Amino acid sequence: MAAPFETPVLGDVDERRIPALKPGAMAASKPYVAAAAHQEPLGFPAVLADGWEAEAVSHMGELLGKYRSLQVFMDACVKCGACTDKCHYFLGTADPKNMPVARADLFRSVYRRYFTPAGKLFPSLVGARDMTKDVLDEWYNYFHQCSQCRRCSVFCPMGIDTAEISMAARDVMDRIGQGQKYCNEIIGKVHKIGNNLGLPAPALLDTLEGLEEDILDETGVAVKLPVDVAGAEVLLVTPSADFFAEPHVLGLIGYAKVFHAAGVSWTLSTKASEAGNFGMFIGNYEQMRKISLRIREAAQELGVKRIIFGECGHAWRVAYSFLNTLAGPWDFLDSRYPVPQHILEFTSDLIRRKGIKLDKSGNDGMVLTVHDSCNVARGARMGDKPGGQFTIPREVIRASVPKLVDMHPDTICEKTFCCGGGGGLLTDELLELRVKGSAPRMEALKAVVEREGVTHMAAMCAICKAQFTKILPYFGHDREMVVSVHQLVSNAIILGDND
Amino acid sequence: MGGTLTIFFAILFAVAASVLVIGLGLKIAQYARTPAPLKIPTTPAPLTKPGVALRLAREALLFESLFKSNKLLWVMAALFHAALAVVLLRHGRYFVTEIGSVVALAQPLAQPAGLAMVAGLILLTARRLIIARVRYVTGPSDLLMLALLLGIGISGIVLKGQIHTDIVGVKAFFTGLLGFKLRPLPADPLLMLHLGLVALLMIVFPFSKLLHAPGLFFSPTRNQTDTPREHRHLCAWAAKLEEKT
Repeated sequence: MAAPFETPVLGDVDERRIPALKPGAMAASKPYVAAAAHQEPLGFPAVLADGWEAEAVSHMGELLGKYRSLQVFMDACVKCGACTDKCHYFLGTADPKNMPVARADLFRSVYRRYFTPAGKLFPSLVGARDMTKDVLDEWYNYFHQCSQCRRCSVFCPMGIDTAEISMAARDVMDRIGQGQKYCNEIIGKVHKIGNNLGLPAPALLDTLEGLEEDILDETGVAVKLPVDVAGAEVLLVTPSADFFAEPHVLGLIGYAKVFHAAGVSWTLSTKASEAGNFGMFIGNYEQMRKISLRIREAAQELGVKRIIFGECGHAWRVAYSFLNTLAGPWDFLDSRYPVPQHILEFTSDLIRRKGIKLDKSGNDGMVLTVHDSCNVARGARMGDKPGGQFTIPREVIRASVPKLVDMHPDTICEKTFCCGGGGGLLTDELLELRVKGSAPRMEALKAVVEREGVTHMAAMCAICKAQFTKILPYFGHDREMVVSVHQLVSNAIILGDND
Repeated sequence: MGGTLTIFFAILFAVAASVLVIGLGLKIAQYARTPAPLKIPTTPAPLTKPGVALRLAREALLFESLFKSNKLLWVMAALFHAALAVVLLRHGRYFVTEIGSVVALAQPLAQPAGLAMVAGLILLTARRLIIARVRYVTGPSDLLMLALLLGIGISGIVLKGQIHTDIVGVKAFFTGLLGFKLRPLPADPLLMLHLGLVALLMIVFPFSKLLHAPGLFFSPTRNQTDTPREHRHLCAWAAKLEEKT
């Protein structure tokens, strides 16, 4: 387990405090390395074998030829430093290698050595380095201190997105036998069982039956959570954490109530019982595609007309931005609806058309703020206008609660901070990183709690919800302070008079 | 003596211009050829191609993202780049026989622009050395690039304002060169320094971070439309994966 560490002292959000550099502060932070049992099912080598250095360089070359982003981002950085105070992990840890440009340089230095004339001829002049075990270990530690949240890409004058570089570095490491246990084990479970949590179909059915009983007890209305129902209108694909973790499950109950109140038939699928796609975290196109194709198969087998995704950040990025590429075309679905849709698009549309009724008193006493999930904010969209990913969740929350206030403008919408646990880092051995990386978000939250009396923070991502549940107590908050957006809808929705 | 010098600089500029044009051409071809398999615009992003053109224009001309990022750096960068643009434009007069109206318009700005460019470079260098975070990511090549640009700028200012060179001769040399005719270059040490450094910059361009200029336009986070649900985006190597299954 990780050594004890100090929880960061939060400053004033208006001061935008930038820490003084502490070189090496997080040099020892790293996730568990994947064992053979996690590597081999994905087709990756079990361990580092002789000649891995050449293999790494060759794979780097392959990626440079396949991804324009990587090739351009390797060349275009001018080291202007605009990104240096933008990463939540740098702001929380003060380790200079967590500045986006410094993190990218870990990869760029090897690129320069093997792929540029300047690096071949004058390595020390341009900071070019040979691929060595020390370099690899540095990659492993620091490319697992990036949550691929893309905040740096908003501020970079050249649009360099460190997420793309982290993904490439992780892919190279997988291919030479130094993968990350957390991600690769989970991807194995998706292929073997159908979801990240390894929840088998009978357990899923059992859980959903229990939830139906809970809803009936609480509301007196028989709201269903159907599974594998052929011919349903909508296939709901949601992160598996929604099936039992809190506050996730309260959000799932919210989706069920919305479908019920709108009178739209829907179903979950045991085959596609997971919205998350960890193939993105490890930067592996083939894995990402294989995981996405489960959804296509499930949609075809069940004969649904629409696909809707539950609340999940990175999942929504893969779904919104990549699903059509990876698993399309979707010509067998109803063309009147975008494929896929977000549950918040569905619910907000119903609210606008008065297809469902909400009573804010269901959330009496709550003052909400909203955490824009990084991959929803900067890697996707909702609705038909740019920025819908910011307005639509806020519309739904406003319709459900008495009061919603926003956090500091530098910490929301496109400038939102990652929760600190995204991108394949939501694992216990990285707890120090996760707590420290959440500091910028906690600083902004503290301000609205103190000034505006905020009691709860809504999140729309399974990782954000799990991460905040874990780290809120470190900053003196109740773990139940984080709520699902559809949990608020669930509390406010009027069931029963659905005619 | 004068003859050897003229031949040396004629060859130097022929080589430098070729390296610049071919090197840059190859890099641009590489960027254009390399596929972008996924839709990765940093959102919110424009939905249409004109919208993307506008986004790129704002990035290239106004440094929009940098403005969001760091106002002080934006001022320094804008000062340097705008001044450089004016200086480059004004230098057009040494390459054409008939001076165009835009070049003529830049003429009165020659001295202030040169000074602004050098001031911008000095500020950028100072910032690089003073702010610990920026110093941390600064390598020798970053400082050498600044030194090179400062060398060009300062020698240019001195040539313009203090130690005048035979500017008519310089123009004759370059217009001649463009028509593949050899005309004598004035044998002036400061001019040689100025021109030598410029040639060096041209040679270094395609191998250095100066590639940020073309790179910006090829950055998928900036040049893609946000239309993944409306249009299926599929690159050639990804399409091959589909044939396999």
